[in-house]
Amino acid sequence: MSIDCPPPGWFRAPGGAERAWVGLALAWCVVMTIMMPFWHFRGKQNSTGESYAVTPAQFAERVGKFVDAHQVGEDEGWPVVEPPPGGDAYLQAQMWSWYPILKLRKGQTYRLHMSSMDLQHGFALLPLNMNFQVMPGYDHVLTITPTQTGEFQVICNEFCGIGHHLMTGKLLVE
Amino acid sequence: MTEPRKPHPIERLFDNPWLLLVLGVVVPTLSYTVWGWIELALMPEARLP
Amino acid sequence: MPGNHLPGLVRACDTTGLPVCLDAQRFIRLHAVMAVVFLLIGGVAAILLGLTRWPAVHLLPADWYYRVLTLHGLNMLIFWILSLEIGILYFAGTTLLNSRLASTKLAWACFGLMGAGGALANVIVMIGKGDVLMTSYVPLMAHPLFYLAIILVAVGALIGVINYFATIYIARRDQTYEGSVPLVVFGATAAAIIAVFTLLHGAVVMVPTFLWSLGLVKTIDPGWYRLVWWGLGHASQQINVCAMVSVWYLLATLTTGAKPLNQAVCRAAFVFYILFINIASAHHLLVDPGVSATWKIWNTSYAMYLAVLASMIHGFTVPASVEVAMRRKGHDKGLFGWLAAAPWKNPGFSAFFLSLVIFGFGGGITGVTLGTQQINILAHNTLRIPGHFHMTVVGGTTLAFMGLCYYLVPLLFQREFHLRGLARVQPYLFAGGVTFMAMGMSFAGSYGVPRRHWDVDFTGATFPAGFDASAHLMLGVLGVGAVLSFLGLALFIGLTVAAVFTGRSNRGAPMAAW
Repeated sequence: MSIDCPPPGWFRAPGGAERAWVGLALAWCVVMTIMMPFWHFRGKQNSTGESYAVTPAQFAERVGKFVDAHQVGEDEGWPVVEPPPGGDAYLQAQMWSWYPILKLRKGQTYRLHMSSMDLQHGFALLPLNMNFQVMPGYDHVLTITPTQTGEFQVICNEFCGIGHHLMTGKLLVE
Repeated sequence: MTEPRKPHPIERLFDNPWLLLVLGVVVPTLSYTVWGWIELALMPEARLP
Repeated sequence: MPGNHLPGLVRACDTTGLPVCLDAQRFIRLHAVMAVVFLLIGGVAAILLGLTRWPAVHLLPADWYYRVLTLHGLNMLIFWILSLEIGILYFAGTTLLNSRLASTKLAWACFGLMGAGGALANVIVMIGKGDVLMTSYVPLMAHPLFYLAIILVAVGALIGVINYFATIYIARRDQTYEGSVPLVVFGATAAAIIAVFTLLHGAVVMVPTFLWSLGLVKTIDPGWYRLVWWGLGHASQQINVCAMVSVWYLLATLTTGAKPLNQAVCRAAFVFYILFINIASAHHLLVDPGVSATWKIWNTSYAMYLAVLASMIHGFTVPASVEVAMRRKGHDKGLFGWLAAAPWKNPGFSAFFLSLVIFGFGGGITGVTLGTQQINILAHNTLRIPGHFHMTVVGGTTLAFMGLCYYLVPLLFQREFHLRGLARVQPYLFAGGVTFMAMGMSFAGSYGVPRRHWDVDFTGATFPAGFDASAHLMLGVLGVGAVLSFLGLALFIGLTVAAVFTGRSNRGAPMAAW
């Protein structure tokens, strides 16, 4: 019984079906262990975790320069900004907006910097469904290459106060 | 010559809750917490090109 | 073997003949009652949340949605489960080892601190001073008493765990048992070890955060907070996994007379939990800045998936032990004759077996999937995450603990259940509701619907956003499942409370067979 004390000498290697199951399960664990790093390198779909320490003030200043240098339009009063292909793009999260609207080119590679001015936020790109954590004090850098054109929604999926559901933005790919 | 009745070493390990307690705290603390702390502490300053 | 009980503080169980330490019995009863009170609060919160996420109903206003969500997470994921788990530790350390409880003073301290902390947290949240959700990610700040309440609960639970370790120490010193500890005690010890890791991380993260809320510490780094907080938040759910598996073994024995096939295999699986399950706290940091991909991949894989191997072993050995026991009783027809002949009308058995199925096929598989670096990009902070953990913590742990209560009340409160027909149905209703709800969550989340979100139609936002009809359909499934599981929960609480306070006493006679 599971509630009785086994007398000494209970150790024995598994046999029969139990042994086969443990072997199969272990083999499956090895396959999964290999697949995660393998697809990290082969699929190139994952962040390397590149990030830097930054203060909200420093980041906001850099976003301001970025908008001044590369603004190409306006939407609902928000600047539309087109970073140079292959260059750096900046996205600033704060209660409750994503600033500015980014305009990217399909097939070009960008370094996307994200940071927060206040609380933690969640960058969620829809309808593609890609999600990243955005935090104050951290310059989170993602190397991205848009593979489809269109207008994408950016929402926040980390609770950031009562206006959390109003925090939306836009990302364009041409 | 080994004592024939002496339990298997794994059996003796499993019968020692104090050793398991130490391992159960130290192993994940090193792998998860301490390693994570080191990475956060070594994060470079942003250059913001 | 002679026990170490003081005279007059032990009785023989009328059903099993096992020794029951009367001190332990009192505290198990206290913890069980406290646990069910927290479960009730969390359950009322749950139905309010379910009816808010159901877009056709959208019951609560935004501020109350987040407030009730905070309440729900704290009561369900921490207070209800930890309270009952301390009771399970007391049971395993005393009855199964033929020992007395090491210290009644520590037990009172544990009960008092957990009760006071839980009550304080509930009050603070209800008066709107802690709208920070269960995770309270800095720099979001709650009232200092919110953090103090969490610290009280954690310290109380740690004292309970220390009392358990003291109990297994005196049992061994006084030689109250012969050979190795029973498998259920071994599993309980594993849960207690995981609890030590968890509660230490709780102290390390919550004490500075408490000081920060008082203005005594200037800043708390959000990345540091997330790293250490998840050593509390995720690891506390690993206590549940470990305690739940122990309860599976216990209920398999109580309901069908099952024995472990191979002690070494079952115990090795628990040791894999002890060593590796807690590093999977990294699941929550897979799309975070600050930690490298190497750290993420190693930790999220539980060191080569050895903790997953452990669950796969338990998922085999638990039903296999039931099969062997049933075949020995002569239920030998065909491949699954043993399963058909199993005691499905016994709520202790049905709750245990449904918990096994929901946890294994629903919660376990989704957990391992979402915990890969690749898929986590699609799933992070979407409803897929609560879809996963409602199948582990609710369909798994809570359901198994409900099954345990169908034995705990007759054996330790010595009271019989009323309306036994309803009790037989309850596990099916709850399991069905939870599964339905969790599937609604998971599928809605796979469209990107965020968790912890009051309005996924984004009414009033500058730039419109939202989801198509199929995502809304799945949110409706979530709502219907929430109603069904709430009915199952209310039935459980009603039956249990009625049995504890008005049930027929079975003192001096075996409990009525289910």
